[in-house]
Amino acid sequence: MLDATLAELSAALAAKRISSVELTGAFLDRVGKLNPELNAFITVDRERSLGQARAADAIRARGDAGPLAGIPVALKDIYCTKGQRTTCGSRMLEHFVSPYDAHVVEQLERAGAVTLGKCNMDEFAMGSSNENSYFGPVRNPWDRRRVPGGSSGGSAAAVAARMAPAATGTDTGGSVRQPAAFSGVCGLRPTYGLVSRYGLIAFASSLDQAGPIARSAADLALLLNVMAGFDARDSTSLDRPKEDYTRNLEMKMAGLRIGLPAEYFGEGIEPGVRKAVEAAVAWFAAQGARTVALELSRTKLAVPAYYVIAPAEASSNLSRFDGVRYGHRAKAYEDLVDMYCRTRAEGFGAEVKQRILVGTYVLSHGYYDAYYLQAQKVRRLIAQEFALAFEKCDLILGPTAPTTAFEIGARADDPVQMYLGDIFTIPAPLAGLPALSIPCGFDEKGLPVGLQLMGTHFSEARLLGAAHRYQQATDWHKRVPRETPL
Amino acid sequence: MSLSHDQIRRIARLARIAIRPEESEAVLARLNRVLALVEELRAVDTTSVEPMSHAVDVVQRLRRDEVTEQDRHAVYQSVAPAVQDDLYLVPKVIE
Repeated sequence: MLDATLAELSAALAAKRISSVELTGAFLDRVGKLNPELNAFITVDRERSLGQARAADAIRARGDAGPLAGIPVALKDIYCTKGQRTTCGSRMLEHFVSPYDAHVVEQLERAGAVTLGKCNMDEFAMGSSNENSYFGPVRNPWDRRRVPGGSSGGSAAAVAARMAPAATGTDTGGSVRQPAAFSGVCGLRPTYGLVSRYGLIAFASSLDQAGPIARSAADLALLLNVMAGFDARDSTSLDRPKEDYTRNLEMKMAGLRIGLPAEYFGEGIEPGVRKAVEAAVAWFAAQGARTVALELSRTKLAVPAYYVIAPAEASSNLSRFDGVRYGHRAKAYEDLVDMYCRTRAEGFGAEVKQRILVGTYVLSHGYYDAYYLQAQKVRRLIAQEFALAFEKCDLILGPTAPTTAFEIGARADDPVQMYLGDIFTIPAPLAGLPALSIPCGFDEKGLPVGLQLMGTHFSEARLLGAAHRYQQATDWHKRVPRETPL
Repeated sequence: MSLSHDQIRRIARLARIAIRPEESEAVLARLNRVLALVEELRAVDTTSVEPMSHAVDVVQRLRRDEVTEQDRHAVYQSVAPAVQDDLYLVPKVIE
Protein backbone atom coordinates (compact mmCIF):
# COMPACT_ATOMS: atom_id res chain seq x y z
CA MET A 1 0.00 0.00 0.00
CA LEU A 2 2.89 2.38 0.72
CA ASP A 3 3.89 2.17 -2.93
CA ALA A 4 0.41 2.54 -4.45
CA THR A 5 -0.80 5.42 -6.62
CA LEU A 6 -3.57 7.72 -5.44
CA ALA A 7 -5.99 6.05 -7.86
CA GLU A 8 -5.11 2.62 -6.43
CA LEU A 9 -5.47 3.84 -2.85
CA SER A 10 -8.78 5.46 -3.72
CA ALA A 11 -10.05 2.21 -5.25
CA ALA A 12 -8.89 0.20 -2.22
CA LEU A 13 -10.67 2.62 0.14
CA ALA A 14 -13.84 2.57 -1.98
CA ALA A 15 -13.84 -1.27 -2.03
CA LYS A 16 -13.27 -1.32 1.75
CA ARG A 17 -10.14 -3.40 1.28
CA ILE A 18 -8.47 -0.95 3.65
CA SER A 19 -9.70 1.84 5.92
CA SER A 20 -8.26 5.33 6.04
CA VAL A 21 -7.30 4.70 9.68
CA GLU A 22 -5.22 1.67 8.62
CA LEU A 23 -3.71 3.51 5.67
CA THR A 24 -2.91 6.64 7.66
CA GLY A 25 -1.47 4.52 10.45
CA ALA A 26 0.80 2.70 7.99
CA PHE A 27 2.19 5.96 6.61
CA LEU A 28 2.59 7.40 10.12
CA ASP A 29 4.58 4.30 11.08
CA ARG A 30 6.79 4.78 8.05
CA VAL A 31 7.28 8.45 9.00
CA GLY A 32 8.18 7.40 12.53
CA LYS A 33 10.75 4.96 11.18
CA LEU A 34 12.42 7.15 8.54
CA ASN A 35 12.02 10.71 9.75
CA PRO A 36 14.78 10.63 12.39
CA GLU A 37 17.23 10.06 9.50
CA LEU A 38 15.64 12.11 6.70
CA ASN A 39 14.16 15.04 8.69
CA ALA A 40 11.43 15.52 6.07
CA PHE A 41 8.74 16.44 8.62
CA ILE A 42 8.81 19.26 11.18
CA THR A 43 5.51 18.42 12.86
CA VAL A 44 3.59 15.14 13.03
CA ASP A 45 0.47 14.76 15.17
CA ARG A 46 -0.62 11.13 15.09
CA GLU A 47 -3.90 11.65 16.94
CA ARG A 48 -4.93 14.59 14.79
CA SER A 49 -4.23 12.62 11.60
CA LEU A 50 -6.03 9.53 12.84
CA GLY A 51 -9.01 11.66 13.86
CA GLN A 52 -9.23 12.99 10.30
CA ALA A 53 -8.89 9.41 9.02
CA ARG A 54 -11.82 8.25 11.16
CA ALA A 55 -13.91 11.12 9.77
CA ALA A 56 -12.92 10.12 6.24
CA ASP A 57 -13.90 6.50 6.91
CA ALA A 58 -17.31 7.76 8.01
CA ILE A 59 -17.68 9.72 4.77
CA ARG A 60 -16.66 6.63 2.80
CA ALA A 61 -19.22 4.57 4.72
CA ARG A 62 -21.94 7.04 3.71
CA GLY A 63 -20.91 6.49 0.10
CA ASP A 64 -20.57 10.09 -1.08
CA ALA A 65 -16.78 10.32 -1.09
CA GLY A 66 -14.57 11.96 -3.72
CA PRO A 67 -11.37 10.31 -4.97
CA LEU A 68 -9.11 11.79 -2.26
CA ALA A 69 -11.31 10.89 0.73
CA GLY A 70 -9.24 9.07 3.32
CA ILE A 71 -5.92 9.57 1.52
CA PRO A 72 -3.10 11.02 3.62
CA VAL A 73 -1.36 14.09 2.19
CA ALA A 74 1.68 15.84 3.69
CA LEU A 75 1.70 19.65 3.73
CA LYS A 76 4.68 21.91 3.23
CA ASP A 77 4.99 23.86 6.47
CA ILE A 78 4.17 27.11 4.66
CA TYR A 79 0.47 26.12 4.50
CA CYS A 80 -1.35 27.55 7.52
CA THR A 81 -3.24 24.89 9.45
CA LYS A 82 -5.71 25.96 12.10
CA GLY A 83 -4.73 24.76 15.53
CA GLN A 84 -1.52 23.14 14.31
CA ARG A 85 1.92 24.71 14.32
CA THR A 86 3.02 26.36 11.04
CA THR A 87 6.71 27.29 11.17
CA CYS A 88 7.67 28.11 7.56
CA GLY A 89 11.03 26.57 8.46
CA SER A 90 11.87 29.60 10.61
CA ARG A 91 12.74 30.37 14.19
CA MET A 92 10.50 33.41 13.70
CA LEU A 93 7.46 31.11 13.60
CA GLU A 94 8.81 28.22 15.69
CA HIS A 95 5.77 28.32 18.00
CA PHE A 96 3.23 29.91 15.65
CA VAL A 97 -0.20 28.27 15.57
CA SER A 98 -2.35 29.70 12.81
CA PRO A 99 -5.84 30.96 13.68
CA TYR A 100 -7.11 29.79 10.26
CA ASP A 101 -6.57 27.25 7.47
CA ALA A 102 -5.11 28.02 4.06
CA HIS A 103 -7.61 27.77 1.19
CA VAL A 104 -5.84 24.67 -0.16
CA VAL A 105 -5.99 23.05 3.28
CA GLU A 106 -9.75 23.73 3.38
CA GLN A 107 -10.14 22.26 -0.10
CA LEU A 108 -8.19 19.12 0.82
CA GLU A 109 -10.18 18.75 4.03
CA ARG A 110 -13.45 19.20 2.14
CA ALA A 111 -12.31 16.41 -0.20
CA GLY A 112 -11.74 14.19 2.84
CA ALA A 113 -7.94 14.08 2.55
CA VAL A 114 -6.03 13.44 5.78
CA THR A 115 -3.18 15.74 6.82
CA LEU A 116 -0.18 13.53 7.53
CA GLY A 117 2.05 16.26 8.93
CA LYS A 118 3.94 19.41 8.12
CA CYS A 119 7.01 19.10 5.92
CA ASN A 120 10.41 20.66 6.35
CA MET A 121 11.42 23.43 3.93
CA ASP A 122 13.96 26.17 3.35
CA GLU A 123 13.15 29.06 5.67
CA PHE A 124 10.35 31.17 4.17
CA ALA A 125 10.77 29.09 0.97
CA MET A 126 14.10 30.77 0.22
CA GLY A 127 16.54 28.17 -0.98
CA SER A 128 17.22 25.35 -3.40
CA SER A 129 18.61 22.72 -1.05
CA ASN A 130 16.56 22.70 2.17
CA GLU A 131 19.76 23.58 4.02
CA ASN A 132 18.25 26.92 5.10
CA SER A 133 15.73 25.40 7.49
CA TYR A 134 15.88 26.37 11.17
CA PHE A 135 14.90 22.74 11.81
CA GLY A 136 17.95 21.33 10.04
CA PRO A 137 18.59 20.01 6.54
CA VAL A 138 16.48 17.31 4.88
CA ARG A 139 18.37 14.34 3.49
CA ASN A 140 17.82 12.92 0.01
CA PRO A 141 16.39 9.37 0.18
CA TRP A 142 18.55 8.39 -2.82
CA ASP A 143 21.74 9.39 -1.01
CA ARG A 144 21.64 10.77 2.50
CA ARG A 145 24.77 12.83 2.03
CA ARG A 146 22.92 14.87 -0.58
CA VAL A 147 20.25 17.54 -0.54
CA PRO A 148 16.68 16.75 -1.65
CA GLY A 149 16.42 20.12 -3.41
CA GLY A 150 14.37 23.02 -2.15
CA SER A 151 12.53 24.84 -1.01
CA SER A 152 9.83 22.10 -0.83
CA GLY A 153 12.57 19.59 0.05
CA GLY A 154 10.71 17.88 2.90
CA SER A 155 7.62 17.36 0.73
CA ALA A 156 9.67 15.85 -2.12
CA ALA A 157 11.74 13.61 0.18
CA ALA A 158 8.60 12.42 1.99
CA VAL A 159 6.95 11.37 -1.28
CA ALA A 160 10.16 9.78 -2.61
CA ALA A 161 10.69 7.75 0.58
CA ARG A 162 7.04 6.55 0.57
CA MET A 163 6.40 8.40 3.83
CA ALA A 164 3.44 10.06 2.10
CA PRO A 165 1.62 9.19 -1.14
CA ALA A 166 1.43 12.88 -2.03
CA ALA A 167 2.34 16.29 -0.67
CA THR A 168 1.80 19.96 -1.29
CA GLY A 169 4.55 22.42 -2.14
CA THR A 170 4.92 26.00 -3.26
CA ASP A 171 6.93 27.22 -6.22
CA THR A 172 8.26 30.78 -6.49
CA GLY A 173 11.35 30.13 -8.63
CA GLY A 174 11.28 26.33 -8.86
CA SER A 175 10.58 25.19 -5.30
CA VAL A 176 8.20 22.42 -6.40
CA ARG A 177 9.95 21.27 -9.58
CA GLN A 178 13.60 21.30 -8.54
CA PRO A 179 13.13 19.20 -5.36
CA ALA A 180 10.86 16.88 -7.38
CA ALA A 181 13.73 16.45 -9.86
CA PHE A 182 16.41 15.95 -7.17
CA SER A 183 14.27 13.46 -5.26
CA GLY A 184 12.95 11.48 -8.23
CA VAL A 185 9.26 12.42 -7.90
CA CYS A 186 6.75 14.52 -9.86
CA GLY A 187 5.87 18.15 -9.17
CA LEU A 188 3.63 20.69 -10.87
CA ARG A 189 3.68 24.45 -10.72
CA PRO A 190 0.28 25.63 -12.03
CA THR A 191 -0.44 28.83 -13.96
CA TYR A 192 -0.17 31.84 -11.65
CA GLY A 193 -3.59 32.52 -10.13
CA LEU A 194 -4.99 29.00 -10.55
CA VAL A 195 -4.52 27.98 -6.91
CA SER A 196 -5.40 30.41 -4.13
CA ARG A 197 -2.49 31.74 -2.09
CA TYR A 198 -4.76 32.50 0.88
CA GLY A 199 -3.11 31.15 4.00
CA LEU A 200 0.24 30.45 2.35
CA ILE A 201 2.94 32.47 4.07
CA ALA A 202 4.00 34.98 1.43
CA PHE A 203 7.51 35.15 -0.05
CA ALA A 204 7.32 36.94 -3.43
CA SER A 205 3.66 37.53 -4.19
CA SER A 206 3.88 38.10 -7.94
CA LEU A 207 5.58 34.70 -8.29
CA ASP A 208 4.33 32.45 -5.45
CA GLN A 209 2.11 29.60 -6.53
CA ALA A 210 1.01 26.40 -4.80
CA GLY A 211 1.42 23.03 -6.47
CA PRO A 212 1.22 19.28 -5.83
CA ILE A 213 4.07 16.77 -5.45
CA ALA A 214 3.32 13.08 -6.10
CA ARG A 215 4.75 9.98 -7.71
CA SER A 216 2.96 10.19 -11.07
CA ALA A 217 1.46 12.75 -13.43
CA ALA A 218 -1.95 11.10 -13.04
CA ASP A 219 -1.73 11.65 -9.27
CA LEU A 220 -0.75 15.30 -9.81
CA ALA A 221 -3.91 15.72 -11.90
CA LEU A 222 -6.11 14.29 -9.11
CA LEU A 223 -4.53 16.65 -6.59
CA LEU A 224 -4.79 19.70 -8.83
CA ASN A 225 -8.50 18.97 -9.30
CA VAL A 226 -8.91 19.59 -5.57
CA MET A 227 -6.32 22.36 -5.09
CA ALA A 228 -7.30 24.64 -7.99
CA GLY A 229 -10.30 26.94 -7.88
CA PHE A 230 -11.41 30.50 -7.38
CA ASP A 231 -11.09 32.07 -3.94
CA ALA A 232 -12.16 35.66 -3.36
CA ARG A 233 -9.75 35.94 -0.40
CA ASP A 234 -6.76 35.95 -2.78
CA SER A 235 -7.00 39.05 -4.95
CA THR A 236 -4.94 37.33 -7.67
CA SER A 237 -7.10 34.19 -7.75
CA LEU A 238 -8.53 33.74 -11.24
CA ASP A 239 -12.29 33.34 -11.56
CA ARG A 240 -12.62 30.81 -14.33
CA PRO A 241 -14.62 27.62 -14.93
CA LYS A 242 -13.50 24.52 -13.03
CA GLU A 243 -11.47 22.09 -15.15
CA ASP A 244 -10.91 18.35 -14.94
CA TYR A 245 -7.14 18.02 -15.14
CA THR A 246 -7.35 14.30 -15.82
CA ARG A 247 -9.22 14.87 -19.09
CA ASN A 248 -6.16 14.75 -21.36
CA LEU A 249 -4.31 11.85 -19.75
CA GLU A 250 -4.89 9.66 -22.80
CA MET A 251 -3.94 12.37 -25.29
CA LYS A 252 -2.31 11.50 -28.62
CA MET A 253 1.35 12.32 -29.08
CA ALA A 254 1.17 12.43 -32.89
CA GLY A 255 1.53 15.97 -34.13
CA LEU A 256 2.34 17.41 -30.69
CA ARG A 257 4.93 20.16 -31.24
CA ILE A 258 7.68 20.00 -28.64
CA GLY A 259 9.99 23.01 -28.40
CA LEU A 260 13.63 22.39 -27.52
CA PRO A 261 15.40 25.61 -26.51
CA ALA A 262 19.11 25.55 -27.38
CA GLU A 263 19.84 27.37 -24.10
CA TYR A 264 18.45 24.43 -22.09
CA PHE A 265 20.89 22.01 -23.68
CA GLY A 266 24.01 24.18 -23.64
CA GLU A 267 27.01 24.55 -21.37
CA GLY A 268 26.85 23.64 -17.71
CA ILE A 269 24.52 20.65 -18.15
CA GLU A 270 25.92 17.52 -16.54
CA PRO A 271 26.41 14.73 -19.11
CA GLY A 272 24.17 12.34 -17.17
CA VAL A 273 21.34 14.90 -17.17
CA ARG A 274 21.73 15.61 -20.87
CA LYS A 275 21.72 11.93 -21.77
CA ALA A 276 18.52 11.18 -19.83
CA VAL A 277 16.68 14.23 -21.19
CA GLU A 278 17.76 13.49 -24.78
CA ALA A 279 16.49 9.93 -24.40
CA ALA A 280 13.11 11.35 -23.36
CA VAL A 281 13.12 13.63 -26.41
CA ALA A 282 13.76 10.57 -28.59
CA TRP A 283 10.83 8.76 -26.96
CA PHE A 284 8.43 11.64 -27.69
CA ALA A 285 9.70 11.82 -31.27
CA ALA A 286 9.17 8.07 -31.70
CA GLN A 287 5.52 8.55 -30.67
CA GLY A 288 5.01 10.99 -33.52
CA ALA A 289 5.64 14.26 -31.68
CA ARG A 290 7.42 16.89 -33.76
CA THR A 291 10.45 18.60 -32.24
CA VAL A 292 10.92 22.30 -32.89
CA ALA A 293 14.30 23.98 -32.38
CA LEU A 294 13.89 27.13 -30.29
CA GLU A 295 16.06 29.98 -29.15
CA LEU A 296 15.24 31.52 -25.79
CA SER A 297 18.17 33.90 -25.75
CA ARG A 298 16.87 35.81 -22.72
CA THR A 299 17.09 32.73 -20.47
CA LYS A 300 20.37 33.95 -18.97
CA LEU A 301 18.63 37.13 -17.77
CA ALA A 302 16.03 35.22 -15.78
CA VAL A 303 18.20 34.49 -12.73
CA PRO A 304 19.41 38.11 -12.34
CA ALA A 305 15.86 39.47 -12.86
CA TYR A 306 14.49 37.00 -10.34
CA TYR A 307 17.12 37.88 -7.74
CA VAL A 308 15.99 41.50 -7.88
CA ILE A 309 12.22 40.96 -8.03
CA ALA A 310 11.89 38.13 -5.50
CA PRO A 311 14.04 39.77 -2.78
CA ALA A 312 12.26 43.10 -3.36
CA GLU A 313 8.87 41.51 -2.80
CA ALA A 314 10.23 39.45 0.09
CA SER A 315 11.61 42.53 1.86
CA SER A 316 8.13 44.02 1.70
CA ASN A 317 6.22 40.85 2.65
CA LEU A 318 8.51 39.92 5.52
CA SER A 319 8.27 43.37 7.09
CA ARG A 320 5.18 41.95 8.83
CA PHE A 321 7.45 39.96 11.16
CA ASP A 322 8.00 42.71 13.68
CA GLY A 323 7.57 40.90 16.98
CA VAL A 324 4.27 42.68 17.64
CA ARG A 325 1.42 40.65 16.16
CA TYR A 326 2.76 37.11 15.98
CA GLY A 327 5.95 35.11 16.01
CA HIS A 328 9.22 35.60 17.82
CA ARG A 329 9.98 38.69 19.90
CA ALA A 330 13.44 39.43 21.30
CA LYS A 331 13.69 39.19 25.07
CA ALA A 332 15.90 42.24 25.58
CA TYR A 333 15.74 45.59 23.79
CA GLU A 334 16.12 49.30 24.40
CA ASP A 335 13.25 50.83 22.44
CA LEU A 336 10.75 50.03 19.69
CA VAL A 337 13.20 50.17 16.77
CA ASP A 338 15.72 48.14 18.74
CA MET A 339 12.97 45.58 19.45
CA TYR A 340 12.28 45.27 15.71
CA CYS A 341 15.96 45.00 14.82
CA ARG A 342 16.80 42.38 17.43
CA THR A 343 13.61 40.39 16.86
CA ARG A 344 14.36 40.13 13.15
CA ALA A 345 18.07 39.47 13.66
CA GLU A 346 17.23 36.56 15.99
CA GLY A 347 14.17 35.26 14.15
CA PHE A 348 15.50 35.13 10.58
CA GLY A 349 18.32 32.92 9.30
CA ALA A 350 21.26 34.11 7.20
CA GLU A 351 19.76 33.54 3.73
CA VAL A 352 16.48 35.25 4.60
CA LYS A 353 18.29 38.25 6.06
CA GLN A 354 20.49 38.45 3.00
CA ARG A 355 17.49 38.49 0.65
CA ILE A 356 15.69 41.10 2.75
CA LEU A 357 18.81 43.29 2.60
CA VAL A 358 19.12 42.84 -1.18
CA GLY A 359 15.43 43.65 -1.57
CA THR A 360 15.68 46.70 0.65
CA TYR A 361 18.64 47.94 -1.36
CA VAL A 362 17.06 47.52 -4.82
CA LEU A 363 13.92 49.32 -3.64
CA SER A 364 15.77 52.16 -1.94
CA HIS A 365 15.94 55.73 -3.14
CA GLY A 366 18.36 56.13 -6.04
CA TYR A 367 18.44 52.44 -6.95
CA TYR A 368 14.78 51.65 -7.62
CA ASP A 369 14.87 52.50 -11.33
CA ALA A 370 18.27 50.95 -12.01
CA TYR A 371 17.46 47.62 -10.36
CA TYR A 372 13.81 47.01 -9.58
CA LEU A 373 12.15 48.75 -12.51
CA GLN A 374 14.78 47.45 -14.90
CA ALA A 375 14.22 43.88 -13.63
CA GLN A 376 10.48 44.26 -14.21
CA LYS A 377 11.16 45.37 -17.78
CA VAL A 378 13.46 42.41 -18.35
CA ARG A 379 10.72 40.22 -16.90
CA ARG A 380 8.41 41.42 -19.66
CA LEU A 381 11.05 40.69 -22.30
CA ILE A 382 11.31 37.13 -20.99
CA ALA A 383 7.51 36.72 -20.99
CA GLN A 384 7.32 38.06 -24.56
CA GLU A 385 9.96 35.59 -25.69
CA PHE A 386 7.86 32.72 -24.30
CA ALA A 387 4.73 34.05 -26.00
CA LEU A 388 6.51 33.99 -29.37
CA ALA A 389 7.92 30.52 -28.69
CA PHE A 390 4.45 29.13 -27.95
CA GLU A 391 3.30 30.20 -31.41
CA LYS A 392 5.69 27.58 -32.76
CA CYS A 393 5.20 24.76 -30.25
CA ASP A 394 2.67 23.27 -27.81
CA LEU A 395 5.08 22.65 -24.99
CA ILE A 396 8.73 23.29 -24.17
CA LEU A 397 10.92 20.45 -22.95
CA GLY A 398 14.27 20.48 -21.18
CA PRO A 399 16.03 19.44 -17.99
CA THR A 400 14.51 20.72 -14.71
CA ALA A 401 17.98 21.45 -13.35
CA PRO A 402 21.46 21.39 -14.92
CA THR A 403 22.70 18.90 -12.31
CA THR A 404 21.42 16.11 -10.11
CA ALA A 405 21.33 16.46 -6.31
CA PHE A 406 24.53 17.90 -4.84
CA GLU A 407 26.13 17.11 -1.51
CA ILE A 408 25.00 18.87 1.65
CA GLY A 409 27.28 21.87 2.15
CA ALA A 410 28.67 21.85 -1.41
CA ARG A 411 27.14 25.20 -2.41
CA ALA A 412 26.67 26.75 1.01
CA ASP A 413 29.48 29.29 0.70
CA ASP A 414 28.52 30.80 -2.63
CA PRO A 415 24.99 32.15 -2.98
CA VAL A 416 25.43 32.82 -6.69
CA GLN A 417 26.42 29.24 -7.51
CA MET A 418 23.29 28.09 -5.66
CA TYR A 419 21.09 30.61 -7.52
CA LEU A 420 22.42 29.68 -10.97
CA GLY A 421 21.27 26.09 -10.39
CA ASP A 422 17.71 27.43 -10.77
CA ILE A 423 18.28 28.72 -14.31
CA PHE A 424 15.69 26.41 -15.91
CA THR A 425 12.97 26.72 -13.28
CA ILE A 426 12.97 30.50 -12.85
CA PRO A 427 11.79 31.56 -16.34
CA ALA A 428 8.28 29.97 -16.14
CA PRO A 429 7.28 31.77 -12.90
CA LEU A 430 8.52 35.10 -14.27
CA ALA A 431 6.09 34.61 -17.18
CA GLY A 432 3.35 33.11 -14.97
CA LEU A 433 3.44 29.85 -16.95
CA PRO A 434 2.68 26.31 -15.74
CA ALA A 435 5.49 23.76 -15.69
CA LEU A 436 6.07 20.30 -14.28
CA SER A 437 8.97 18.00 -13.52
CA ILE A 438 8.91 14.20 -13.83
CA PRO A 439 11.71 11.64 -13.44
CA CYS A 440 13.37 10.64 -16.74
CA GLY A 441 16.32 8.51 -15.69
CA PHE A 442 19.39 8.39 -13.49
CA ASP A 443 22.90 9.70 -13.82
CA GLU A 444 26.05 7.59 -13.39
CA LYS A 445 25.89 8.13 -9.62
CA GLY A 446 22.42 6.61 -9.53
CA LEU A 447 20.74 9.95 -8.79
CA PRO A 448 17.40 10.85 -10.39
CA VAL A 449 17.19 13.27 -13.33
CA GLY A 450 14.17 15.55 -13.79
CA LEU A 451 12.49 16.33 -17.10
CA GLN A 452 10.70 19.67 -17.27
CA LEU A 453 7.69 20.40 -19.47
CA MET A 454 6.52 24.01 -19.70
CA GLY A 455 3.31 25.16 -21.34
CA THR A 456 1.36 28.26 -22.12
CA HIS A 457 -1.14 29.67 -19.58
CA PHE A 458 -3.79 27.13 -18.47
CA SER A 459 -2.20 24.23 -20.36
CA GLU A 460 -1.90 22.04 -17.24
CA ALA A 461 -4.09 19.27 -18.70
CA ARG A 462 -1.86 19.03 -21.76
CA LEU A 463 1.37 19.00 -19.71
CA LEU A 464 -0.07 16.29 -17.47
CA GLY A 465 -1.25 14.31 -20.50
CA ALA A 466 2.16 14.33 -22.15
CA ALA A 467 3.81 13.40 -18.85
CA HIS A 468 1.32 10.60 -18.24
CA ARG A 469 1.85 9.08 -21.68
CA TYR A 470 5.60 9.11 -21.04
CA GLN A 471 5.04 7.42 -17.67
CA GLN A 472 2.89 4.70 -19.26
CA ALA A 473 5.96 3.73 -21.28
CA THR A 474 8.68 4.22 -18.64
CA ASP A 475 9.15 3.20 -15.02
CA TRP A 476 11.56 5.87 -13.74
CA HIS A 477 8.81 7.27 -11.52
CA LYS A 478 8.20 3.85 -9.95
CA ARG A 479 11.74 3.31 -8.67
CA VAL A 480 12.11 3.18 -4.90
CA PRO A 481 15.12 5.05 -3.42
CA ARG A 482 17.85 2.59 -2.51
CA GLU A 483 18.33 4.01 1.00
CA THR A 484 14.64 3.72 1.92
CA PRO A 485 13.57 0.26 0.70
CA LEU A 486 9.98 -0.80 1.31
CA MET B 1 29.14 48.57 -8.11
CA SER B 2 29.90 47.18 -4.69
CA LEU B 3 28.61 48.23 -1.33
CA SER B 4 30.54 49.74 1.55
CA HIS B 5 30.18 48.99 5.25
CA ASP B 6 28.38 52.32 5.66
CA GLN B 7 25.84 51.35 3.03
CA ILE B 8 25.27 47.96 4.65
CA ARG B 9 24.59 49.71 7.96
CA ARG B 10 22.09 52.03 6.26
CA ILE B 11 20.29 49.18 4.46
CA ALA B 12 20.18 47.07 7.61
CA ARG B 13 18.69 50.02 9.47
CA LEU B 14 16.02 50.44 6.75
CA ALA B 15 15.27 46.71 6.90
CA ARG B 16 15.16 46.75 10.71
CA ILE B 17 17.69 43.97 11.02
CA ALA B 18 20.48 44.26 13.57
CA ILE B 19 23.87 43.22 12.21
CA ARG B 20 26.65 42.61 14.70
CA PRO B 21 29.97 44.26 13.79
CA GLU B 22 31.66 40.86 13.48
CA GLU B 23 29.01 39.74 10.92
CA SER B 24 29.39 42.79 8.73
CA GLU B 25 32.30 41.52 6.63
CA ALA B 26 30.60 38.25 5.67
CA VAL B 27 27.27 39.97 4.94
CA LEU B 28 29.03 42.51 2.77
CA ALA B 29 30.88 39.83 0.78
CA ARG B 30 27.72 37.81 0.09
CA LEU B 31 25.67 40.88 -0.80
CA ASN B 32 28.31 42.05 -3.22
CA ARG B 33 28.33 38.63 -4.90
CA VAL B 34 24.55 38.86 -5.43
CA LEU B 35 24.74 42.44 -6.69
CA ALA B 36 27.45 41.46 -9.16
CA LEU B 37 25.05 38.81 -10.49
CA VAL B 38 22.19 41.25 -10.99
CA GLU B 39 24.49 43.88 -12.49
CA GLU B 40 24.04 42.08 -15.84
CA LEU B 41 20.52 43.49 -16.09
CA ARG B 42 21.73 47.06 -16.45
CA ALA B 43 23.25 46.39 -19.85
CA VAL B 44 19.92 45.22 -21.34
CA ASP B 45 18.22 47.70 -23.66
CA THR B 46 14.70 48.13 -22.26
CA THR B 47 13.77 51.33 -24.07
CA SER B 48 9.97 51.51 -24.42
CA VAL B 49 9.42 48.23 -22.53
CA GLU B 50 6.59 48.41 -20.01
CA PRO B 51 7.58 47.07 -16.58
CA MET B 52 5.82 43.78 -15.79
CA SER B 53 4.71 44.04 -12.19
CA HIS B 54 2.66 40.86 -12.17
CA ALA B 55 2.66 37.37 -13.63
CA VAL B 56 -0.61 37.82 -15.48
CA ASP B 57 -2.05 40.99 -16.90
CA VAL B 58 -5.41 41.17 -15.15
CA VAL B 59 -7.13 44.08 -13.51
CA GLN B 60 -7.97 43.99 -9.83
CA ARG B 61 -11.38 42.57 -9.11
CA LEU B 62 -13.82 44.90 -7.45
CA ARG B 63 -16.21 43.80 -4.75
CA ARG B 64 -19.42 45.29 -3.45
CA ASP B 65 -18.88 48.04 -0.93
CA GLU B 66 -20.22 46.19 2.06
CA VAL B 67 -18.85 44.81 5.31
CA THR B 68 -17.90 41.17 4.86
CA GLU B 69 -15.38 40.65 7.63
CA GLN B 70 -16.31 39.76 11.16
CA ASP B 71 -14.53 41.08 14.23
CA ARG B 72 -12.05 38.31 15.06
CA HIS B 73 -9.54 40.35 17.02
CA ALA B 74 -9.59 37.99 19.99
CA VAL B 75 -8.53 35.05 17.80
CA TYR B 76 -5.88 37.04 15.97
CA GLN B 77 -4.49 38.56 19.15
CA SER B 78 -4.29 35.15 20.79
CA VAL B 79 -1.04 34.50 18.90
CA ALA B 80 0.57 37.88 19.71
CA PRO B 81 3.64 38.07 21.97
CA ALA B 82 2.10 40.71 24.26
CA VAL B 83 -1.52 41.95 24.48
CA GLN B 84 -3.41 43.89 27.12
CA ASP B 85 -7.00 45.21 27.03
CA ASP B 86 -7.30 44.17 23.34
CA LEU B 87 -4.21 46.21 22.47
CA TYR B 88 -0.86 45.04 21.19
CA LEU B 89 1.88 46.01 23.62
CA VAL B 90 5.05 47.62 22.27
CA PRO B 91 7.91 49.46 23.99
CA LYS B 92 7.10 53.03 24.93
CA VAL B 93 7.48 55.40 21.93
CA ILE B 94 6.40 58.71 23.50
CA GLU B 95 7.89 59.90 26.79
